[in-house]
Order: sequence, then C-alpha cells, then structure tokens
Amino acid sequence: MAFLSYLINGISLGAVYAIIALGYTMVYGIAKMLNFAHGDVIMVGCYTVFSVVSMAHLPVWLGIIISVAVCTVLGVTIEAVAYRPLRQASSSLTVLITAIGVSYLLQNLALLIFGANSKAFTSVVPIKAVKIADKLTITGETIVTVIACIIIMIVLTLFVNKTKAGRAMLAVSEDKGAAQLMGINVNRTISLTFAIGSALAAIAGVLLCSAYPSLTPYTGSMPGIKAFVAAVFGGIGSIPGAFIGGIILGVIENLSKAYISSQLSDAIVFLVLIIVLMVKPTGILGKKLQEKV
Amino acid sequence: MKSFFKKNKDTLITLGIVTIAYIIIEIFVKSGSISSLFKGLLVPICSYIILAISLNLTVGILGELSLGHAGFMCIGAFTSAFFSKLTVGVITPDWLRFILAILIGFLFAGIFGFLIGMPVLRLKGDYLAIVTLAFGEIIKNLMGVLYVGRDSRGLHLSIKDSISLGLEEGGQVIINGAQGITGTPKDSTFTAGFILIVISLIIILNFINSREGRAVMAIRDNLIAAESVGINVTRYKLLAFSLSAALAGVAGVLYSHNLNSLMATTKNFGYNMSIMILVFVVLGGIGSIRGSLISAVILTLLPELLRGLSTYRMLIYAIVLITMMLFNWAPSARAFRARIIDMLPFGKKKASDKEVQ
Amino acid sequence: MALINTLLEVDHLSISFGGLRAVDDLNLSIKKGELYGLIGPNGAGKTTAFNLLTGVYKPNEGIIRLDGKNITGLKTIEINKAGIARTFQNIRLFKELSVLDNVKLGLHNLYSYSTLAAILRLPSYRKVERDMDKRAYELLEVFGLKESAHLKASQLPYGKQRKLEIARALATNPKLLLLDEPAAGMNPQETRELMQTITFIRDKFNLTILLIEHDMKLVSGICERLTVLNFGRVLAEGPTGEVLKNPEVITAYLGE
Repeated sequence: MAFLSYLINGISLGAVYAIIALGYTMVYGIAKMLNFAHGDVIMVGCYTVFSVVSMAHLPVWLGIIISVAVCTVLGVTIEAVAYRPLRQASSSLTVLITAIGVSYLLQNLALLIFGANSKAFTSVVPIKAVKIADKLTITGETIVTVIACIIIMIVLTLFVNKTKAGRAMLAVSEDKGAAQLMGINVNRTISLTFAIGSALAAIAGVLLCSAYPSLTPYTGSMPGIKAFVAAVFGGIGSIPGAFIGGIILGVIENLSKAYISSQLSDAIVFLVLIIVLMVKPTGILGKKLQEKV
Repeated sequence: MKSFFKKNKDTLITLGIVTIAYIIIEIFVKSGSISSLFKGLLVPICSYIILAISLNLTVGILGELSLGHAGFMCIGAFTSAFFSKLTVGVITPDWLRFILAILIGFLFAGIFGFLIGMPVLRLKGDYLAIVTLAFGEIIKNLMGVLYVGRDSRGLHLSIKDSISLGLEEGGQVIINGAQGITGTPKDSTFTAGFILIVISLIIILNFINSREGRAVMAIRDNLIAAESVGINVTRYKLLAFSLSAALAGVAGVLYSHNLNSLMATTKNFGYNMSIMILVFVVLGGIGSIRGSLISAVILTLLPELLRGLSTYRMLIYAIVLITMMLFNWAPSARAFRARIIDMLPFGKKKASDKEVQ
Repeated sequence: MALINTLLEVDHLSISFGGLRAVDDLNLSIKKGELYGLIGPNGAGKTTAFNLLTGVYKPNEGIIRLDGKNITGLKTIEINKAGIARTFQNIRLFKELSVLDNVKLGLHNLYSYSTLAAILRLPSYRKVERDMDKRAYELLEVFGLKESAHLKASQLPYGKQRKLEIARALATNPKLLLLDEPAAGMNPQETRELMQTITFIRDKFNLTILLIEHDMKLVSGICERLTVLNFGRVLAEGPTGEVLKNPEVITAYLGE
C-alpha cells in the first residue's frame, strides 16, 4: 500500500514536471533554444497567485487567471526583448547565456519584492483528499494535477495537429527557412510558442505550489532543471516525450526518496537520465538527425 | 630568440598582464591599503580564473557545452582536502604537502574527467550539456552523503552516517557527510594562486598552439573533415575534456584550502556554479583564454563594487549581463557598432583588412 | 582479378537506405596513376560511392581493395591511414583556423611529438613544428595559397577554399585522392587552372585520382577513363571519349 501511495505521489509530481517540460520542449523544438528562464517564470506565476490570493485576498480563480495572463505576457516580452535580437547570432550559446541573465533577473526581482523568506502558499485546490479502501489517501492536489496534465496534453496535441497556428509551429520546428517561404510568420509563431509555454508554466506553478506550499524566489529553479531533464529524457522536441519523461522522472524521484535516500534522490534521477541517454542518445521518443556528408 | 617571442607573442602578453597585475596587487596588499574585503577575494578570484580558462578549453577550443564543470572542482576540492587533513604533521614542510595536494586534486579530477568523458562525449550538443549537468549534480550529491573516518585500523567508508563507520575511541571523522571536511589547513595564498594561474595558462595556451591543440580545434570546426584526415576524434575529445577537468580540480584545491569548512552545497558545487563560470567564459569570448581571465576578474568584482547599491546589486548585475549579451552579439547591434567604427579615423583600417581577396 | 597495376578495386559494392538502393552493384578498377572520372546526373549515387570508399558508410554488400588490401568496412581514420584522402561536395574546411593550420592538420599523422613536449616547448616540439611548417608551405605554394597562409580559412574566396581543401587532402600523403566536384562554382578561368593543378599534382606526387564532376570540359579535358552512374547503377564505363559519345549516357544527362 505504501508503494502505491509513493507511486501516485510520484505520478502527481511527474505530472507537474510534464507540464513544465512541455513548455521547454516546445520552445526548444520551435525556437531552437534552451529557455533557461522557464523555471523562473513558474516562480513568477506562483508569486502572482500568492499576491492576488494571500495578499489582496481576491478569489482563487481570479488569481489563477491573472497569473496565467502575467506569465504569458512575461514570456512573450522576454522573447521579444532578449531572445529575438539574438536569433541570428552565430552561436546558440549566446541565447543560452542571455536566458541565464533573464533567470538571474527574475530571481532577484522576486527577492527584492518579496524577500528571501519562504512564503506559505495556500493550495488552490478545493477538492478534499480521497480515501480508497481506508488505506490509501490521494490528495485533492494530486487528482487535479494529473487530470490537468492529461487535459493539457490532449489539447496541445490537438492544437498542434489540427489548427493552422499549431501546424505552423510544426513547420517552423522542421525548417524555419522553408516555413517562412511558405508564408508563415515565423516571429509570430515563435511568440505564440512562448505564450503557450509560459501559460503552461503558470499552471504548473500553481499546481506545484499547491502540493509543495513553500515559495521562495528559487522555487522554480530546480523543477525547471528537472523538467528540462525530463524533456531531454523523453526526446527533446517531442510532446508525448515531454509527458512520458515528466511522469517517469517524478515517479523515480519519489520512489528514490521513499526507498533509498532523500538526499540521493536527485542523484538517482540524474543517473537514470544518463543511463537512458547512453542507450538511446536522442531520448526515448527522440528523432535521429542524420548529418549530410 | 626573436622568433620565440614572435611565435608565442599572445601567450607572453597574457602572462605579462597577469604578472603585472600580481605585482601591483601585492604592493597594495603589503602597504596595507587594501580592504580586508578585497583581500578575502584574492584567492577566490584566482580559483575562478582557473575555472574559467579551463572551461574555455572545453567550450571554446573543443566546442562542447559543459554544464558540470563545478563537479570537477568539487572532486579536486574534496580529494585534496582529505589528503591534507590526513597528512597534516606527517608531511613537512607545509608547502610540500600543499604541492602534493594540488597534484592529487589535479589527478583525481582528471581521472573523473576521463571516466565521465568516455560515455558523455559520444552525445551531441544539448544532450551532452544536460548529461554534464547531471554528472555535476550527482558528484555534488554524493559528496554530501559521504562519511570517511580514520582510526588505528585504517580508513572507513560509509554513505549512511558517521556511526556506521565503526570508529574506535580516538578515531577521527574526516569527511562528515553533509558537514563535509572541517579544519583543512589554510595553505592557499594569493601567491600560490598566481603561480597556479601562470602554470595553468602555460599548459592551456601551449596545448592550444600545438599539433594536438589543432586537432581538437579541427574536431570543433568540422568533425567529419577531421576524421577524413585521420584524426582520432575520441582520443582528442577525451584529452581536452580530461585536461579541462583536471585544471578545474586545481581550482578546487585552491578553494578548499582557503576555508575552514568545506561542504558540498548547491551554491558552491551545484549547477549554479557551473553556470556562473559559463557566463564568465561566454562574456570573455568563447575561445579567448585571455578574455575568460579578464571576465572572471571583472564579473567577480562587479557584485562587490556594486555593494553600495546593496539591495539592487544582483539586479543590476543581471541587467548588465543581458545588455552586454545583446550589445555584443545581436546582429543589429553589431551593424550599429560597425557603422560607428567606420566613422572613426582609425576605423577605416580595421574594415579593410577584414575580407582579403 | 587483382592486377599488380590496380590501385583501387571495387567489387559489387551496394548500399541501401531504407528501401532505396543508393548504390547498386558498383564495380570499379582503377590503375595506379590514373585520372579517373565518376560522373552521372544529380542523385546518381556518386557522393554515396565516395562515402562508401572512405568509410563514412558501411556497405551492405561488396568488397573494396586498396593496393591489394581489403579496406571494406574500416573506419574513416583507418582508411585515411591506408592511403585514401578526399575532398567534400560542400567544402569542409576548419573555418576558424588559418589556411596554414588547415594544411598542417592534413600532416597530423605524419609528424608527432608528445603533449608534454608541447606544453614545455621542448626541442622536439620546435623541430617538428618547423618541419611541418616547411612541408605545409610547400603544399600551399603548389596551389598558389602561400600568401594567404595566415588568413582564416573562412576569409578565402570560394575558389581558393576548394583549392585549400585539396591541399589539405594532399598533405595526408595519400595513394588515392578522391575529389568531389572540385570545380563546382568556379568560372572557366579557374576551372582551367584547376585542370592544370590536378594533372600537375598527379604527376608530381605520384597520385591516383578519382574525381566526381559535372563540368564536362574538365572531365573530357583531364579524365582518362570514366564510370557513369545512374540511379545507383553503372550505366557505362571505359575511355573518356567513348563513354561521352554513348547515346545512353547522353540520354541520362538530358533526361527522358
């Protein structure tokens, strides 16, 4: 029974990672960059909800909507100001470093405004915990998180495959130049990608902080890294890959914490990543790119 | 003799800059006009310089993105501190023990670089980056759960706690899990740092300007072409990566022998540190060893110099970073700069030796 | 049937990618010192054949023998050591390195000193570097690149970049030199110069040369024998004059 409980918590945690990973993988696949500041956008989302709900005492649903709006605007702005000018730059390393700068900026802004002390985050989930057979407790947060993740996955897959904007995203991810020649507005498509990714980050943040209610300016950083690991693990650029990667990572992390050691759980997660990449170098669902000789 | 100076001009200039800076700073220190804050930064700056130039060997010369450099620093720090604590009083004089500690840090970090490099260097670009980050975190985590003690029966190891070491009465715990190593002899001095910087520079710059250094850069520029002229890609990738790791280990030795308490925390050996060094390297110019050196100094001093603006200083640091990246690399900014340079009297010369037919 | 005069012998070489048979039953027999041409329409499998010969791809079937030695399935590095060097269809220079260094990299396996000697700048380092410089300058001179020696490879104009690639390949001291469209993008004047250079290096360095080309002036000007590929298979082979008059070959180029 204990195992099942750990497993379910792992899936819940993994669902959060999956939502974050989706943002990472989309931006990587379409804008071809590692948005290192993605984890910190999550943190901004959390603080927004915190400000609206715990400080301004406005209703929770309003807090979530404002948070999604704030993060979306933030993500699109960051892309336009800090990343777009560098898109033509010779090395992809330059955008990565700029993203790191943005990450520092967001963390220090939060530090300045809210201070370093961890804030108590009130869960946005109204559902009470469910008890199964009187032995297994599933928290409301877990239920909402997993359901949200599944819905997001389905909606996103439909969006990418069935809508014009979504297919434009696919086209840009395959070949930016060709997409442009076919009349696709690449800048707008990339902005849309960041918008969606950041909105997802806001949702992930709300769910993350509901389940793990202590909020500091550094809250988004490690989940961001782990979600990136999950995205790579599942095959970077692949939406189902991000989903699978996230869930598996959450499960491994939680089971390691429970059965091996909580200090080593991170190390074990990373070790699994390494082993998987040794066997399948492009990730579980990743595509192999052949270089033309 | 003249051709020696001509061929090694760049190396000698860099070494010259470092030597002059050392002399000037030593004069200030001896005359007592340096604040204790600044004095306390001297050894860390040396450490960061060595970290930056060694990372540039991997990122700029080999052309692979490594996000786990701090892991090798961690290995160098812990192995050397362990050795020093073990041999305090046993090996004299102190400077001999320190030299041995440096060699041990260098060696162990290099060995780990080799072992990790073997699987990792097969991966491509971003996958390689994330795996190096993963290894860095694993190393940091493992060091935090390591317990090593010594008694008359020898050394004991545990990853659970200090009690399971089963030490005798009078036994000594050297590595104490999350609390790390305490009481490492404080052997690091600014002079030692300077000497190590000079040695590291000589190693790196002379390696780059050699047959094997050229092979590494060829791999960076065009792997398939490198293979077509018979270059053993695996061998040279490993060589560059291991050397880079070994020197990071040396930086770790400097670091660990400057503190009373050495712990493997997220802040000093986690990905945050690896990323900070990467920022030094990119801002200084990927592939420019001298650039890494200068940017390591400036970017370490910058937050301290901004102390007057205390609450806002990290914010300003972040803004400066973003602005510099945009100003330096955005094609629109470059075009803007090119127009300005053209307008200046000496600018004309620069533009003309760009494209030679 | 390996004659003592044959340098490269290719028997029934084939490779498929997915369902596509990119090279199908290729047979070649190139004599020592020959200037041999591999021609055919775009997509015929010529570069794929080069990739097979240099170990970039492993064939599904067939044998490759260089100077009697079986080199089928060996890695690129080993094949280079056995004596084959090549240039690439899309130039592959070491862009950030100088022209001189590009050629010195071709000399990588022919000269050596230890890492320690490099770091300590021991006499062995200095002597070997001097020897490498000397040899590299000799090669650059052959291609008229001596004055550009200290430029970055990316700063050279296109035609000179192609020549540099040949110089680098030559530096590896090969028995067989594979040139993949060496005249691509060159104007008629440059092409004439290239034709002279290729025949010159064949004679001076005792080479055998196999080249892929679309420029028929060059092909008819310097190639002694040809093999024509179409859809991965050999369409015709023989002395240049005959092959170029073959009606099937003409049709293949002009299309149906």
